Amino acid sequence: MQTLNLEYHAADRAARRAHVGVVGSGDLEILFEPGTDPTASVRVRTTVDGFDVVWRRVLDAFFAHHPVAGRYELNDFGATPGIVSLRLLQVQETSRKPAHPESNRI
Amino acid sequence: MSDIPASVAERPELQALWHRHSFVELDARARAFSLLDEDTGQEYCDPFDRIESPWLEPQGLVPESDDGLVVVKGLLAGESCVVIGIEGAFQGGSIGEVSGAKAACALQLAARDARTGQPISAVLLLETGGVRLQEGTLGLNAVAEILSALLELRGMRPVIGVVAGPLGSYGGMSIVAGLCTRVVLTHEGRLGFNGAQVIESEAGIAEFDSSDHALIWSVNGPAQRYATGLADAVVLDDVPAVRQAVITAVAAGVPEHHRSEELDVLAARLSPSDGGQARFSLPGLGIPVAPSPGQDSLAASHPGSAQQRGAES
Repeated sequence: MQTLNLEYHAADRAARRAHVGVVGSGDLEILFEPGTDPTASVRVRTTVDGFDVVWRRVLDAFFAHHPVAGRYELNDFGATPGIVSLRLLQVQETSRKPAHPESNRI
Repeated sequence: MSDIPASVAERPELQALWHRHSFVELDARARAFSLLDEDTGQEYCDPFDRIESPWLEPQGLVPESDDGLVVVKGLLAGESCVVIGIEGAFQGGSIGEVSGAKAACALQLAARDARTGQPISAVLLLETGGVRLQEGTLGLNAVAEILSALLELRGMRPVIGVVAGPLGSYGGMSIVAGLCTRVVLTHEGRLGFNGAQVIESEAGIAEFDSSDHALIWSVNGPAQRYATGLADAVVLDDVPAVRQAVITAVAAGVPEHHRSEELDVLAARLSPSDGGQARFSLPGLGIPVAPSPGQDSLAASHPGSAQQRGAES
């Protein structure tokens, strides 16, 4: 298991926090909380060691195109780069949507 | 979905399949919310509370922010209900210290509410391989606490087990299923104690061939479980169908005797002459299920022993 921490300049704002995915085979979970600083800080925890370069490239490319500020926590269970990008897009899209009943809390 | 192919349009029994909204394909959170009345569900200990297992990271495994268990309280057909859903995709739906504590706490709180005049039923979405091996006795302890809370609650309000599949319910959590007031299965569901691969590795391939899916479903599958009275309803993998089955199961109330108290009835069902016919007749689906030649020969090659083994394991 390996943990990576990365930061990107990110000027776009999101409306609300969002959660997508599951820590299941070939998939990952992302928790996103919007921030006020123009920064996207990303923490990746992955079961697969030694793919630092791939992670960096995938995240560099993603945040170059989708610079939404906030904190991203990725809990990965061997997702491919394609799945990682799709889940990141999904979490940003979800964070723009009006509050869903699933975000209800006690 | 307006462009129904002629092959479906000509056969009314396939309409339900065509129009269904799969329950099995939903994750645990979406399953839990889909069962409750619209916009009434509220999640407890959600992912942003980050109550994850402390035992996985030191063992090189990535934890999940909800530890693979979702607790959602809301209304079911207008009445209070808490849904406890296990996420089968995370660590095989296993029960660890945290996920187990969440489930046990939810049932304990429900029992407290029921005791103090606020009746609340519980629904368990069982998608689990049992206790999480990485957490050993902590998981076993959690299952014991779940059983204890369930036993208190079921005397006051129904506790309904739903095994939707495709993972099924195995291991310690199947004891939980066995104690539930009623159990609902889908076609994809399986209910057993030892999994097929465990039996094969312990007792040999002659005892149980874990590559033989027809055999596994004929022993652990919904038709057999319904026929031998270990499940109360078998429904299509369809959100409205599962929800309706759960509403019906809750509305039937608290029985005078629970299934797990009727040991003589259960023992009688171990008789090899019982259950063989009913095995291939699925109720309530409007789709006739004919035994395939493979299933026939299977039944012949395992005369009666299938039921016995399933109940003993």
